[in-house]
Amino acid sequence: MVIIDTSALQNLFQLLADEEYQLIGPRISDQAIVYDRIHSPDELPIGWTDEQEAGRYRLKRRNDSHYFGFVVGPHSWKAHLHVPVQKLWEAQRDGPSFEVRLHNDSPPKMAFIGVRACELRAIAIQDRVFLQGTFIDSHYQSRRKNLFIVAVNCTEPGGTCFCTSMNAGPRAEQGFDLALTELVDKNRHVFLVEAGSARGQALLERLPHRPASEADRQLARTLLEKAAQRMGRQMETEGLKERLYENLEHPRWQHVAQRCLSCANCTMVCPTCFCTTVEDVTDLTGETALRIRKWDSCFTSDFSYIHGGSIRSSTSARYRQWMTHKLAGWQDQFGTLGCVGCGRCITWCPVGIDITEEARIIRESTVNP
Amino acid sequence: MAARQDPMIPLPYRIETVQRETGDTFTLTLVPAAGDQIGPFAAGQFNMLYIFGVGEVPISISGDPSESGKLVHTIRAVGSVTRAMQRLKAGQVIGVRGPFGSSWPLEQAQGNDVVVIAGGIGLAPLRPVLYTLVKYRERFGKVILLYGSRTPEDILFRRELEKWRQRFDMEVSITVDRATGRWRGNVGVVTKLIPRAPFDPYSCIAMVCGPEIMMYYSVLSLKDQGVPTECIYISMERNMKCAIGFCGHCQYGPYFICKEGPVFRYDQVESLLNKREI
Repeated sequence: MVIIDTSALQNLFQLLADEEYQLIGPRISDQAIVYDRIHSPDELPIGWTDEQEAGRYRLKRRNDSHYFGFVVGPHSWKAHLHVPVQKLWEAQRDGPSFEVRLHNDSPPKMAFIGVRACELRAIAIQDRVFLQGTFIDSHYQSRRKNLFIVAVNCTEPGGTCFCTSMNAGPRAEQGFDLALTELVDKNRHVFLVEAGSARGQALLERLPHRPASEADRQLARTLLEKAAQRMGRQMETEGLKERLYENLEHPRWQHVAQRCLSCANCTMVCPTCFCTTVEDVTDLTGETALRIRKWDSCFTSDFSYIHGGSIRSSTSARYRQWMTHKLAGWQDQFGTLGCVGCGRCITWCPVGIDITEEARIIRESTVNP
Repeated sequence: MAARQDPMIPLPYRIETVQRETGDTFTLTLVPAAGDQIGPFAAGQFNMLYIFGVGEVPISISGDPSESGKLVHTIRAVGSVTRAMQRLKAGQVIGVRGPFGSSWPLEQAQGNDVVVIAGGIGLAPLRPVLYTLVKYRERFGKVILLYGSRTPEDILFRRELEKWRQRFDMEVSITVDRATGRWRGNVGVVTKLIPRAPFDPYSCIAMVCGPEIMMYYSVLSLKDQGVPTECIYISMERNMKCAIGFCGHCQYGPYFICKEGPVFRYDQVESLLNKREI
């Protein structure tokens, strides 16, 4: 582990750009911190933080100049790996037949700047869905394979955070190339940097750096330990899967449905939700046809449509599907929970439905159908 | 599936014949249009069928698994894509991806009585089973087909049913919900045929396909006869967009119907089947 000055961020950005990485990182847009193309550390939300509660998100000025003094916003990195709209293939009519060609969009090499521990876990979970099953999603794979990840350890968790409950943070343990811990006090503002891969190490050696002292490491450890104790939320997962499966007809599903608007915000902001739909389209001549894949949500009525109507016509069935999948089904399907404790679904729910509260009520309930 | 092939890319298949089955149901026989073809299928599996520019739907394979090269699909026109398929003619080309999903337990059925229970279009995914049972008849105990249809006019595969009914080594019973015209056979739900069927409940495999409610009550009746749940198989249906476990639409409890299904051993899904809106 080494120490770099904040000015070395500029060098880091430059080195990545020189290696033809497209940099994507946090910046302020429409009063929220989103992940977008950035070119310089000056574009980072320096001196800003975010206040988060159920159904509430506000940006606020900090009284210091932290580069990463906020948690996570409405965007997640999945928008850059499992993109919201993906052309899958294009078909050309050929006499009575047709020829289908896989769409190859040759994505740029990307470097993600400021990936939190919970988001590293979310990326690992989507890797399992798209890369580690019977079938491989070539579109996800082409974006994922050249990805460079600069992680940032969370020293100030937000009001809806519960990554510790999901064993997903606040410290970035694996799945990054470089991990930064921001150390700020009266006398200095530096980053403690850890390399997580050979190419991370190689890049780090080209940055102006100095060895980290034991005191620096200890400070980072303390900050992270303190952060782990200040999570805004928590979720007990022991036995949760079984309890959810046993309680598919629990009255709580009706209760939450009285508030749930079935708006799909939770699924859009969730960094692991992967469901999609496809659209088949043609041009006016009818000579070419496209298939496009788009993010979809289990909260829409179309999602479960089969001949005759929607299987899940009620909001309670849709909320049950989403939460039971996230916290139970995922474990059977992919050997991991589908939740990383980032708290986005709580913050961005327009009516402030809290997955940790809903899960607790089902888990602690003794009602069995 | 050829190795170079992305699982989302349909292969062109030419329609060899279009057979009208009933007012709203028809059977397409498909042959590869460009040389490339999908891999062999097992009874109970399905393909994704694509009409150029219109859309794609999951349809079970209703043909004989031992006939290679040809694909047979029996389709009911119920939505925009299947209605467009109803207008297709021999010589036209459609796209095929597959085969996908689990299959009926024909291996386990060997040496046992086999009870096939179908409701409506549910007979289509079971027809590959019946072809296999007839072809290797000596490997199985008693073979029983119980088939329920809405009306006599909705009965599928009439000629084959008649042929099977005439065999001495097969029991075929048909019932209709509503008798019309000169129907003189059974009237009522298919579950009523189960207590009368001559099979050994302790040494049989039951394969059931039809509307969920019909499967649910069929299983209850089979259990009443003493058939253990692990000897009963059903085939489930949900919305499907990809058939390869990515789109999430076909989830049923912990399962993806495109991967772990459509054919499930009953005890896998028992706790879900009587719940609403799963």
